Order: sequence, then structure tokens, then C-alpha cells
Amino acid sequence: MRGVRKAFGATIALDGVDFPVRSGEVCALVGQNGAGKSTLMAILAGALKPDAGVMRVEGAPYAPRHPLDARKAGVAMIYQELSLAPHLTVMENIVLGVEPARSGVIQRDRMRETAAAALTELGHPDMSPDAMVGDLSPAGQQLVEIARALASGCRVLVLDEPTSSLSHGDVRTLFDLIGRLKRQGHAIVYISHFIEEVKEVSDRFVVLRDGRNAGEGITAQTRAEDIVGLMVGRALEDLYPRSDRTAGDAILEVEELMPGSATFTLRRGEVLGIAGLLGAGRTRLLRTIFGLEPVKSGRIKIAAYSGPATPQARWRQGMGMLSEDRAGEGLARTLSIADNMTMTRLESLGPAFAVLPARQDAAAARWIDGLAIRCSGPRQAVAQLSGGNQQKVAFARLLHHDVDVLVLDEPTRGIDVSSKAQIYRLIDELVSSEPRDGLKAVPYRYRDADHETTAPRNGLKTVPYRDGDAGSDTTPPEKTSVGDGLQPVPTRARAVLLVSSYFPELLGVCDRIAVMSRGRLGPARPASEWTEHALLMEASGARAAS
Amino acid sequence: MKARRFLDESGVLVGLVVVALIFGALIGPQFFRAANLELMARQTVIVAVAALGMTMIIVSGGIDLSVGSIVSLSTVVVALLLKTHGPALAAFGAVAAGAACGAVNGLLITQLRVVPFIVTLGTMLLVRGAAKGLADERRIEAPITWLNDLLRTARDGRGWLLPTGIWITVALAIVVALMLRYTRLGRHLFAIGSNERTARLCGVRIDYTKFAVYTLGGALAGLAGVMEFSKLSVGDPTVAVGLELDVIAAVIIGGGSLLGGKGSVLGTLAGAAIMVVIQVGCSQQGLPNWVQQIVTGTIIIGAVALDRWRQKSA
Repeated sequence: MRGVRKAFGATIALDGVDFPVRSGEVCALVGQNGAGKSTLMAILAGALKPDAGVMRVEGAPYAPRHPLDARKAGVAMIYQELSLAPHLTVMENIVLGVEPARSGVIQRDRMRETAAAALTELGHPDMSPDAMVGDLSPAGQQLVEIARALASGCRVLVLDEPTSSLSHGDVRTLFDLIGRLKRQGHAIVYISHFIEEVKEVSDRFVVLRDGRNAGEGITAQTRAEDIVGLMVGRALEDLYPRSDRTAGDAILEVEELMPGSATFTLRRGEVLGIAGLLGAGRTRLLRTIFGLEPVKSGRIKIAAYSGPATPQARWRQGMGMLSEDRAGEGLARTLSIADNMTMTRLESLGPAFAVLPARQDAAAARWIDGLAIRCSGPRQAVAQLSGGNQQKVAFARLLHHDVDVLVLDEPTRGIDVSSKAQIYRLIDELVSSEPRDGLKAVPYRYRDADHETTAPRNGLKTVPYRDGDAGSDTTPPEKTSVGDGLQPVPTRARAVLLVSSYFPELLGVCDRIAVMSRGRLGPARPASEWTEHALLMEASGARAAS
Repeated sequence: MKARRFLDESGVLVGLVVVALIFGALIGPQFFRAANLELMARQTVIVAVAALGMTMIIVSGGIDLSVGSIVSLSTVVVALLLKTHGPALAAFGAVAAGAACGAVNGLLITQLRVVPFIVTLGTMLLVRGAAKGLADERRIEAPITWLNDLLRTARDGRGWLLPTGIWITVALAIVVALMLRYTRLGRHLFAIGSNERTARLCGVRIDYTKFAVYTLGGALAGLAGVMEFSKLSVGDPTVAVGLELDVIAAVIIGGGSLLGGKGSVLGTLAGAAIMVVIQVGCSQQGLPNWVQQIVTGTIIIGAVALDRWRQKSA
């Protein structure tokens, strides 16, 4: 494979990008969201047509007009969202589209052989070709997807964020697999946001920024900071800011909660992290606390309120949750930014039960400015935004609602570095006892949208949200809610409960960290007492085993 | 930009005008005479009223196949009540019966967690059976009252400018359109239709909202039944078979998506009108019924394909 090269003329997305990959090497393609990685890969896969530029595969001109052309030319993509048929078996998926058949009748024996051969090549001869793909773990499904690419005779394999749904151990296995494919002479393009992964798995890297080549090099000879620097176009500032935090009143108390066997107390002005591997039950714990899944036993107390948990009660009590599954749960992607941001708190965007779009837009516009969300306006559909901007929209929902407890499940999964940095800064702002200038202007009272003259609120120190809107001077409180248990407190520092699989992030952001392993949450200890190694030992159960 | 957005949102209106102009050209200016326009409006009413409810249901990501059966049940209820009570109470009873059917749909969907297609497929038969049982499988004659005038042409001196039934439809359409766009319930319907899990995460009361929307849809179907009765002047348990498909088609032509999260009242009304214009135009042109069905079928598929193509190219 010599030189897959492309240059594009006047397009905004890609402005003359070169991208060579040689056989037998892993080349990482890195860049922030919107840098043009997806566009470049879509062109490579034949889903988009370049305006200008040349592509070659093994010296031969390569101009796919259709994804099938790409596959015939030996270029296969493994996307973030896997494209398997869950109700078919492993072997049926592997040969999907290229089923061996004689005059229209499938030859199951040959199908089995092909599948078994591909799985053996991947070093997994143990996987049953007859298993249902829907029953497999995400890692197993990914394996099937790669096997399918091999079975169709691919030589260039593009992996787009392949580890985003994998646990630690599975990532290891995947890296071994990539090494194996490399030695077999395949060319591999590895797209990732995780610089650590890039460092570990790739031989060379190419950085894209704003649709141009921003730099490239030999991975082993480059420091991670320098790669990140190339991505953001400047030296990376302190990724994890930490302003003065003072732990205040307990605002969330969880006692012997099942599922999760969790006991902890979360105070205002602190970030409590929950570390753990995928499948450890962290998400389930958060969902149970938020009322999305039933409580089996135990007690959850939010400020003075304890009672049955439902999401609507939680929002009223001043708790908001950010889902780990942005596309599936976090956002209504066909709806506008304004609808998504204001959904939890449509009350008071109009008289009585009315919702005035103008007020919705004004509310959303404030957050779009405050969080620097790149979009055409509050009415743009969320689906059209990049991942990082989508996540900011989801985050802004919690800010618009003005919650006291933020439950964040993998808030930085799959988003670009600068959006990540912004979310870290935001978290710090929220728990800080003295809001700095940077984002102080962000939280606001939506009423300001209509009454510009309302006395300016002092940043984060707003009145706790009550049902019926305590800050209103025009509408009388509609009703006193069940969740009206919040006591006004001297400071308005928020509390954050943060789940992440990315340990450096937890260590950087949290004040205390507890580890979840096999469905059980351990005791919380100050973040300074943890190291990445210790977290991993605890999370993988290695410590208990020794 | 503005023009483009207008075209996106009201492409179906353009479609309506085009279809009308085509028939106008074929048939001549008499196609646009006031009497003919009124005739078409009167014919639109039954589908339009039921389609208002269906728009809300489809926006929420659901579907209601029991509409036709509810309409027939409603005609029977009106006729039966008219024998002993006044017309106002009879109409109210029919709407209430429709609402009750819708409420049953809503309860089954939210409590049994069965998908709306299956639930309403079942209630379509259940309600049809109930209507037949209630009517003893016969048409029910009823005394003549003002209910029979709802859709009679205004040229007979009934109604103000237009038949009362049309005014009722217009008023309801405005109410539903405002509800969808400017109320919490409306925004919640869009949220549920766009992504139900997101709506749940955001604390939207899903079961309550769905129950409400199916009940409203049932009530509107009940009202459509009152209109149907007005046209027939008898209670007929075998009427309106397959009406639900016309109603769904109106919503879809009007830009609604069966995946939920999309749909508008204006579009739905235009969609219903397009089908009637084709129907009336074809019959006035002397074209047989099969031509009319082929044209309508083409329009349904064409409208959706055009919508997809426009979204893709946007």
C-alpha cells in the first residue's frame, strides 16, 4: 500500500489533506471534532465524493462511488456504532453481503469455514460461529465486525473510536489484535480521541485541524502533550483546573442502596468520582439514584427529601443527570437545541401551561454563548451538531435547570479535547466556592430573557430552584411540590457525582473517588490518596484477588 | 433562506395548490366556484377532525388504527341517544364514547407496554364489534335534529357563510396547532416522539402524556363520528371501514413521520384536502374510482419521498 493521498480544493471541511498509510503499519488519525476526520474517512469509504484530490490504493487509482466499491477495493471501516444484524448468528454476519451460494442457495458449510478462518486469523478460534450476535458483548461484536472486514479481503482497515464502548481488558485484547493484523501486512487507520491509546497502538500519527494537516510524526518519538498541542493549535493549558473548594452541607446521602450496595455522602462544593470498568454497575447505580431504575433496598436522601424516586421528582429536588448514551438517551436529536436545553423546565417560559418559543430561544441563546456551542442558532436540530457541541447542549440542560446536584455519567466520552477542557472547567466552576470570572456569567435566571432589567444575578449564587419558581414575581407559586425540601444555604456551590472510565480525568477533577467493582461500590477516599494504578487494581478486582 | 424555510415547512401547501390547479386546468373555472370549494371542504371535515388527533398521536411516535371503528361506534351512540335525549347530549355522549375508547388505548399501551400498532389493531376490532353489538348489527334510524345540519351546505341557509361543521373543524385545528407549538403538553409530545428515553430522563411524565394524547385522539375521532352521523343521518356500525388509513395518510402527506417527533396541523389539513381534491376532481372529470386511487397512492409515496429528498439535499 503506497500512498492513499487526497487533496481537496474549495471545500470547507477539508482543505487539501494528505494522508498516506503504508501496509504493515498503524497510523493514527487524530484531531478534534470538526477537524475533518469523519469527512476524510467518509470519502475514503466511498460515502462522500471529494471535490478534488487523488486517492490510490496499492498504486492503482481509487475512486469509490459507493461503500461497496470501497469494500471491493479492500478498504473496510469499523464505525463507532457497529453495523451488525443482532438477530443473525456470528457466521451469518461475517459473510453478510458476500454469502457463498450456489445458484442462490446458501452453502452453510462454506459459510462456516469462511467465518472460522476469519476468526482464527484474529486469534479467536474459540468464538462459536453459531452464537447470536445480539448476545455478544460489545467487544465480541466488534470482533465479528473486524472478522467481516477480513472475510471480504480487506487490506486497509479503518477503526473509528474503536474503544469507546470497551472495558479495560477488552481494549488490551483489541490492541493485541491490531498488532497481529499489522504483522500480517494490513494497513490500519486508527481514529481516537484518547492520546494514551494513540501513543500505545500506533506507529505514526497524522493530526488534522480545521480541515488541514496540522502535523504528523513517529509516535514513539513524540510526547503526548505535543500531539495534543498540535490538535488544539496551542500548548495545552492546565486541563483540570482546580479552584478553591469548600465542602458544605451534605446534599445527597445514599445508604446501603441496592443495586450497587452503595453508601456515600455527597456535599456541596465537592466532586465525588466513581471509578470502575465497563459493566461494573456504575451506570445502573446512577440511574437508580436518579429514579430511572427501581430501588431494591436502601435509602436515598437529597437534602431533606427522601421518598420514592422518579426522574421528575429528582429534577424538582434540584438533581439533574447527564446520560452516558448521548444519542440514545441524552438528547432528542431531531429536536432543536432550544427544546433539548429547556425540556426539564418549560414551566415559566410562558404564562400558565404555555411555552413561548421566543423565550425558549432566548434561554438557549444564553447557553449557546456561554458554552461557545457552534451552531446556526437555537432552532438548529441537535443531530446536526458535532459530538462535543451535542454534549454541551446536554450539559446546558442541567445548567438551565439550575440544579444543585449534577449526576454526570461519562461526560467527556467521545468528545474533542477543547470541549473536554471546557467541561472540566465548568465542573470546577460549579463546585467552586468562589466562582471565577470565566464562566460566572453563564448561569442565569431565565426570567432575564424577558425582563432584561432584572437585577443582575451574582453568577452562581442564585436561589435554589423550587417548583412554581421561587424567583418569580409575576406568577404565584403554582403548588408546593413533594420535593420542596431544599434549604437555602449560604453558598450555592453545587455538588457533582461523576462516573468515568477514564482514570486520569477522575484523578484530575474529583475531590474524592470511590471504586465500583462487580456491582459493589467501595468507600470513597480523597483523590490525592489514589493513583491510576491503584484505581485500576481496585476496579479490576486485582487487589482483592492478591 | 427565509423562502427556503417557508418552502420546507409548507411544501405540502404548495402541493395542494398544484393539485388544485391541475384539476382546475382540466375541468375549467367552475372547479373553483364557491359551491365546489365548499363541497370539497365539507368532504374534508370528517378525515380532518380525526386527523387532528392522529397528528398529535403520530408526533408522539404512536399510531391509532382504531379511528375508523371509533367513528362508527360514535354514529351508533349518537343515533341511540337521539331517541331519548336532545342532540347536544347525544353529540357529547358520542365524543365521550370516543374518548373512552382512546383512554382504553392509552391505558393498554402504557400499562401493558404493548406497542401502539398492536394495541390499536386489537381495539380496532374490539370497538367495531362493540359498535355492531350495540346497534344489533343494524342501522339505527334517528329523529332529524340540528345535528343533521352540521355538514349541510350553507346555501340552504344553515350556518354562517360556511356549514357549522367546518367552523368547528377550523376552531379545533387552531386549538390543536397552538397546543402542539405553544404548550408544555405539545413540547412533551414532540420530545417523546423524538426520543422517549430522553423525555424520561428529562422528567416528562410519559405514561400520563401518552394516556392524554390517545384519549384526546379518541375524543376527536368521536367528534368525527358525529360529523359522519350528520352526513348519514343514521347510526351505522359498518361505516368508516379503513378510514384510519385515510387519516394516517393525511398526516403523512402533511409531513408527519411514523418515527415520531414530526408533524404539523397545517400540513395535516393540507394533506387531507389534497386527497379530497383528487377525489372530487377525478369524479367531476368523469375519471373512474380506480384512477383516483392510483393517483392518491402515488401522492402518498411521492410526498414522503420528496420530503426525504429535500431533507437529504438540505
